[in-house]
Amino acid sequence: MDSSFAITGKGYVIVAADMTAARSIVKMQSNEDKIKVLGSHLLMAFSGEPGDTVQFAEYIERNIRLAHIRNTYPLPPPSAASWIRRELADSLRSRSPYAVNLLVAGYDLPTHEPKLYWIDYLGTMAPVPFAAHGYGSYFALSLLDKYHDPEATVDEGLATLRRCIDEVSKRLIVTPGKFKVKIVDKNGVREVDF
Amino acid sequence: MSAFEFANQSTVQGDYTKVSCCRVVLRFQWVFTIVVEYAMEAISHAGTVLGVLAKDGVVLAAEKKVTGKLLDLSGTKEGGYGGSGEKIFLLNSNVIAGVAGITADANSLVNYARTAAQRHLYSYNEDIPVELLTQRLCDLKQGYTQYGGLRPFGVSLLYAGYDPHCQFQLYHSDPSGNYSGWKATCIGANNGTAQSLLKQDYKDEISVEDAVALVLRVMSKTMDSTTLGSEKLEFATLTVDPVTKKPKSKIYRPAEVDALLKKHDLAKKDEDAEMKTA
Repeated sequence: MDSSFAITGKGYVIVAADMTAARSIVKMQSNEDKIKVLGSHLLMAFSGEPGDTVQFAEYIERNIRLAHIRNTYPLPPPSAASWIRRELADSLRSRSPYAVNLLVAGYDLPTHEPKLYWIDYLGTMAPVPFAAHGYGSYFALSLLDKYHDPEATVDEGLATLRRCIDEVSKRLIVTPGKFKVKIVDKNGVREVDF
Repeated sequence: MSAFEFANQSTVQGDYTKVSCCRVVLRFQWVFTIVVEYAMEAISHAGTVLGVLAKDGVVLAAEKKVTGKLLDLSGTKEGGYGGSGEKIFLLNSNVIAGVAGITADANSLVNYARTAAQRHLYSYNEDIPVELLTQRLCDLKQGYTQYGGLRPFGVSLLYAGYDPHCQFQLYHSDPSGNYSGWKATCIGANNGTAQSLLKQDYKDEISVEDAVALVLRVMSKTMDSTTLGSEKLEFATLTVDPVTKKPKSKIYRPAEVDALLKKHDLAKKDEDAEMKTA
């Protein structure tokens, strides 16, 4: 039932994910953080099979950190996303595949560009200007088609995100509840109250 | 034997064993040191390889040792993907390397480097950063200085490369697995002379064009032969394509090397050619 969104704008990417941890019809928790900070300029929103999600996200987090230590500089977002996709694709053909959907967002320091990648549990990857996973995507994508602006300021981007979340809250039979929102830009990663 | 005597003897024996152990360790260290030093010594007789880092590119030049006039060089006239593939190699689309030392070892290392670069491309979908490729090779080289029964690679390399993290770079690695970054450096025969020439003439913010001239000038002074020609010289540059913004390596074909030498007025004179044909 989890929903995650990401929107690029002028020099930033906004990533949002709902904060509910549910099992069957029961809401177990309403303050879960489903957006991992993988580096100084890299975020990853994860959703999918409970258990797999956290396990896979922690595995990715530590290996990205290891790559940073070994190579002295962090993996740029395109390389990090490619590596994460490869891990998922290899996992898919293993005995116990991870069923995890991801949004990888980052700010590419060498080229000074915001980057966003949509990745699903089958190992599909696409670089996109905006993205969504889960039930929220059925409502949000058409809105984003209409309102997304690659030149938008952070405030305008957050307003677009507000539209998406309001629409999901209004139409989806189960309201996702609160959302965690993080932004990555040239200054790094920060969380915003939403 | 009294308890005292026994204790005393064992101490003596203990000490003796300890001393011989130390000697064994020392001997091992000594053997490896001389094996690596032997490799370094071999390299200092190899053909010179020279590299200069410019603000908008890197330049490499290498001297080929012609072993004798009966050696059939007709096959190397055309060159493979650029050079004659004896001293300067394309390791990846963003890195070229010049080698000095045992050719067979160098070929093996070049093959390893190309595989490592492709492995990085497979995992990360990006060109391998230059320093990382240098590290990969140095990790391999270092391994051979640590274990018994194997000899180290008798090869020094100069790596000229470009990556978005650190832009243009020039690295040197030696048989022990040490590596270092340089603005201009030289390996192989007469490297001392070449280095002092480079130290005199190198300027920060040098352009590729000036670097090409500097490399050719130093090369002509340090090489044993008085005249330069494509049969003795390999040449390469690495720049960034102004349109695609991708690194562009150019390993000169023999004809292009001759043209370049002619342009810089270092080509062999006609009388030499006449003497050769006569």
